[in-house]
Amino acid sequence: MITFMNNSDSEEEPCNERTSLMSAESPPVPSYQDGLQASEAGEAQAHRKRRTGSSRSPNNIADGDTSDSGVPARESALENEEEELTLKYGAKHVIMLFVPVTLCMIVVVATIKSVRFYTEKNGQLIYTPFSEDTPSVGQRLLNSVLNTIIMISVIVVMTVFLVLLYKYRCYKFIHGWLILSSLMLLFLFTYIYLGEVLKTYNVAMDYPTLFLVIWNFGAVGMICIHWKGPLQLQQAYLIMISALMALVFIKYLPEWSAWVILGAISIYDLMAVLCPKGPLRMLVETAQERNEPIFPALIYSSAMMWTVGMAKPDTAARGASQQTWDAAEDGRENHRSPLHADSEMSNTRSPGPTRPITSFEEPEEEERGVKLGLGDFIFYSVLVGKAAATASGDWNTTLACFVAILIGLCLTLLLLAVFKKALPALPISITFGLVFYFSTDNLVRPFMDTLAFHQLYI
Amino acid sequence: PALGLFLFTIARDPLRIIILIAGAFFWLVSLLLSSLIWFIAVKASNPQDEPLQKGLLIFGIIFSVLLQEAFRFLYYKLLRKAIEGLVSLSEDSCSPISIQQMAYVAGMGFGLTSGAFSMINLLADALGPGTVGIHGDSQLYFLTSAFMTMVMIFLHTFWGILFFHGCEHQCWWEITAVIIMHLAVSGSTFCNPLYMGSLVPSYLLMATAATWAYLLSGGSAQNLRRFLLCK
Repeated sequence: MITFMNNSDSEEEPCNERTSLMSAESPPVPSYQDGLQASEAGEAQAHRKRRTGSSRSPNNIADGDTSDSGVPARESALENEEEELTLKYGAKHVIMLFVPVTLCMIVVVATIKSVRFYTEKNGQLIYTPFSEDTPSVGQRLLNSVLNTIIMISVIVVMTVFLVLLYKYRCYKFIHGWLILSSLMLLFLFTYIYLGEVLKTYNVAMDYPTLFLVIWNFGAVGMICIHWKGPLQLQQAYLIMISALMALVFIKYLPEWSAWVILGAISIYDLMAVLCPKGPLRMLVETAQERNEPIFPALIYSSAMMWTVGMAKPDTAARGASQQTWDAAEDGRENHRSPLHADSEMSNTRSPGPTRPITSFEEPEEEERGVKLGLGDFIFYSVLVGKAAATASGDWNTTLACFVAILIGLCLTLLLLAVFKKALPALPISITFGLVFYFSTDNLVRPFMDTLAFHQLYI
Repeated sequence: PALGLFLFTIARDPLRIIILIAGAFFWLVSLLLSSLIWFIAVKASNPQDEPLQKGLLIFGIIFSVLLQEAFRFLYYKLLRKAIEGLVSLSEDSCSPISIQQMAYVAGMGFGLTSGAFSMINLLADALGPGTVGIHGDSQLYFLTSAFMTMVMIFLHTFWGILFFHGCEHQCWWEITAVIIMHLAVSGSTFCNPLYMGSLVPSYLLMATAATWAYLLSGGSAQNLRRFLLCK
């Protein structure tokens, strides 16, 4: 509707800035120092399975702790160990990223399947002005390509703008921009979302209650994301806003444009991160030079230094001692939180001896989690959500896309362990996802339908 | 039951989850290729001809079974190489996960995906209104589908163990036995909706495979007795 589009005009500006910011932050920043060269990277197998499970971590920690980082003579041995340790925890890191991506996708798919609002076509963003209701196929294709070009150029412009601001240290401006856009996301989109969900389930809610709920939700979200907060709550909020953003995309992007945009954005991601003059690469390098964390509002980090949320599921046995450990770490949290996982081995090791020694040492290396940009979450969820919304094969296609994206993520993390620098997370996963979507929708679906009709099993 | 197995045995260890998802991926790829072949065959043939369609379907299924086993073999090769890497990386030259665990998890991956793909549309439809078997089809459609899916999931798991064991010890007859069993189970579903023909043999085959896999994994009647009596 025209009115809606007019209303959203002013909102779409920060909306898309937010989007482009988030997609600009697509590359996962490795938490390892760039200096480490993976000598063992050239191992015979090029597969992720060389990472060991978490069950081995207690043993390895004991070994790791014995080597003191301060001694330069053991530099080479330390480096070797560092590489091994980084590769070892790969499996756990992969899972730490699997879980939030899965959660985000589940939220998006659940909403798409149940709330009809997000699959109705109620107008388009001003960034995709060409409509797709044209009769001929060629015209439609042309329109979607034009839409894509416009969208991508908007994103590129925004990204370059952000990088320039960052280079010239206009931090206040960036912070203000981020705060504004996350404000809008948290309040406005949540309001719309909640309204639609309540409508679907025919639950009545009066305005004061609604106001209270949304106010609390938004305020806590702002504090969590931009300031300090428990790690899990921050992760939950990031997942929620990614899901909301993905839902907006799914609703407002026309069909073919969405697929072409997904493809184009993975190509753009590839170029922006790997080309020497790419904006994202410059952003990451500048951040690492200055040893600063990239804005917490744009990146999902699976672990933070010394935060309370380090209680890992595989340490379930650590019941009682966890309390003491948490209390001890709390004091260090304020001191440590500016140093994100980009720190070197020495930082992680030096506080080691001063920690209260419990009988099973909480592995320090776990703090070096992997970071994934929020844009990646969003586009993964857009892919799976679109598959759920538009595929006639329903759940089969959705499942196939889900598995494809997870495998792509695995492979990307493997490459990350091999190359040890920022990598684009989008291309591999999105390629797999797209391939699987189109092939499952067109090839597998008739096959499975016929099989199910005759109740034959393969 | 399969979900319970998953929760208890696999969800703890991240490496196993990765292997599971990769197994699912391999099964999906095999499904993709086999449906591609079937699709081409169908398009190239006369859509009106009923027996021909049925014949093509059967051909597609057999091809798919063979492809699945081929992919299981490929997956085995990949895991083999991965284990070598893991051993070299670990500190006490002992792999954190044995090939048998991998076989179990890989089989689970295959089974869960095949089960999910078979069942999930049915489940979604089952949520909606309607009567089962209103057009003269069997009324037990959902029930039998559920049982059949469960047996397929378990079978895939056991076949995974048997297959990997066969590859490890170069027992080619084990591998051929797995392939023949798979073909037999799929073939028995051709008897549907005469459910006696498909469900009962499948369950018998599953029991056979289960005991075989159990014995291969080092179990024995004694172990079983001790476990049951909680010694």
